[in-house]
Amino acid sequence: MKCSRRNFLKKSLSGAVAAGLPLAAFKFLSPREAHAAVKEANLRWAFIVDTRKCVGCGLCVKACKKENEIPYDVPLTRTWIERYIVTKDGKTTIDTPKGGRDGFTSKKVRGEEIPDDQITKAFFVPKLCNQCDNPACVQVCPVGATYQTADGVTLVDRKWCIGCGYCIMACPYGARFFHPVYRVAEKCTFCYHRIKKGMKTACVDACPFGARQIGNIKDINDPVAHTILTERVAVLKDEYGTKPQVFYLGLDERVR
Amino acid sequence: MIEPSVYVHGLEWTTKELFTYPNEFITWSIQIVMYPYMTGLVAGAFVLSSLYHVFGQKDLKDLARFSLVFSLALLPVAAMPLLLHLQQPLRAMHPLFTPHFTSAISAFGIVFSTYGLIVLSEIWFVYRKHFVDQVHELKGIKGSKLKRMIFIILTMGAMDISEAALAKDKKAVTIMAAIGIPVACFLHGYAGFIFGSVKANALWMSPLMPVIFIMSAVVSGIALCMLTYILIMEFKKIKAAIARGMGDTSVQAIKGIEMEVITKATRYLIIFLVAAISLEILDLIFRGYTAMKSWDILRSVMYGKDFVDIFMLQYGIGNLLPFIMLLWPKRTLRRVAIATTLILFGVFMMRWNVVIGGQAFSLSFAGFMHYHMPIIPHNWETFKEGLGGVILVIISPYALFWVINKFTPSLGTVEEKI
Repeated sequence: MKCSRRNFLKKSLSGAVAAGLPLAAFKFLSPREAHAAVKEANLRWAFIVDTRKCVGCGLCVKACKKENEIPYDVPLTRTWIERYIVTKDGKTTIDTPKGGRDGFTSKKVRGEEIPDDQITKAFFVPKLCNQCDNPACVQVCPVGATYQTADGVTLVDRKWCIGCGYCIMACPYGARFFHPVYRVAEKCTFCYHRIKKGMKTACVDACPFGARQIGNIKDINDPVAHTILTERVAVLKDEYGTKPQVFYLGLDERVR
Repeated sequence: MIEPSVYVHGLEWTTKELFTYPNEFITWSIQIVMYPYMTGLVAGAFVLSSLYHVFGQKDLKDLARFSLVFSLALLPVAAMPLLLHLQQPLRAMHPLFTPHFTSAISAFGIVFSTYGLIVLSEIWFVYRKHFVDQVHELKGIKGSKLKRMIFIILTMGAMDISEAALAKDKKAVTIMAAIGIPVACFLHGYAGFIFGSVKANALWMSPLMPVIFIMSAVVSGIALCMLTYILIMEFKKIKAAIARGMGDTSVQAIKGIEMEVITKATRYLIIFLVAAISLEILDLIFRGYTAMKSWDILRSVMYGKDFVDIFMLQYGIGNLLPFIMLLWPKRTLRRVAIATTLILFGVFMMRWNVVIGGQAFSLSFAGFMHYHMPIIPHNWETFKEGLGGVILVIISPYALFWVINKFTPSLGTVEEKI
């Protein structure tokens, strides 16, 4: 048979169809599905922040900075505490000096003091990466340098990140930043190096009031899972569809 | 004390107002303004040349050749801002090696190189005859051995310039230009998608973003080609006038052709300008009317903090004024030159207002950030993400064009006609 262009194209096409058909008979599993089917299917890290217990001491921020080697004096942090002050005129004033690292020892907000008799309520809200089930940052990474582990934690591969900043722009929570030394995307990892060994995260260990807790949401006997299932919990910015896995107790509607 | 080896990206050019999250800075700075701006110019220049090649707009012939070659000169420069922006520039090729296809950026290398190949092959088909002619012409001429060698390589062995072969070339050019239009639009529409798909950013997130980007891209591309064409032709006119005197026929001839080309191109410029502005206004009205949660902060940015940037510089000086200047009767070349300059400025301000404006407010909607572009650099970072980097990106296409034009003369047609 003559190998004309028409013949060549014809044969290639039918060859491709013939090869493709049997392949279509298989079900394609995503790596996560495959992994879940084998092991660790019943582990998913989740976090509880009890805003009613937080006093804004800043020990968690200090501990995090030291544990995760974020230079102490740079204005960047994996976790931080926000102070909310609601006044009689209905206004909300928010601040987080140095990410709350040194605690909130002054009544002054950005240099101005709000008189006590004007304040109707005030509270602290610790923040960290929400380790979303549907992380926007993982979706937008052009090289796959940031990824979600089987147990639900989003990590960054410092050797592969190109430093484009797309994930920083994509995170609705402002949890990401450029690491001041490694010059790649950086974020809270739930102290993955610790929880993998059965320890708690540095911030959980540092909190004297038990405002922070970490646990396995898939284990019904886990105290954290129990709280999430039985108490009224809320998450931050659920309108973005990111499915955050940091649950808040006593969250005010004014919290951004 | 912050140690010197520690570098906080964005700290030097960001000031914060009221409440922002601690990690928030202007992460995407001036180079990300330059990226869609330069890509837009590439796409626009190509679309302009395709109007002649595909749709047979013969009146654009002179401009078509020039804008095609110029779009090739602009092409590598469109990627330059990205390189200057990356924190790890040595890993710039990673998106090609390990593309993560859920990310809009991962397609950049693929779309960009596809487009590059189309432009290169179209130029090759347009200039193949010229390459062959040069190979024959330079034969035996002393001192042009290297130049001839380059032309031999450029022909890639296709030395046939018979009528039939040239007809095939022409057909290939048409096909390439036709494929090129959607690819050019995709290249730029996709830049719009990079922004439009960021759901965390209230200002960016809009399905209209890619379309707005394409329209303003074509506007800026046509404007740049017209402006550069006018400048080069004026330069030629002065040269001719010096050599042969003001009243010489060649001076008048250049002037006549120049005006004709510009008049035709202006028509297309106005059409795309109207489309671009309509879409932008639609987007603005829609945001105000639906008044979602983010509208409060967006309003205070648009009508307050960035009012001058958006309504005075972008819409006023960058769109409305040149629009009137172009439509006003008794159009002169000088007026067109000023109008196209203003349009280029207007499109730049549009990119600025999208990229910087999108980071002018905190994700918490409770505070603002201001960008102060570094003017005088004191380290590499403030150079590449400051005025220095901008100037580098702006002059590069002209330097490249100067080199490329040595082999593919795109401005010679006027003299041939005389």
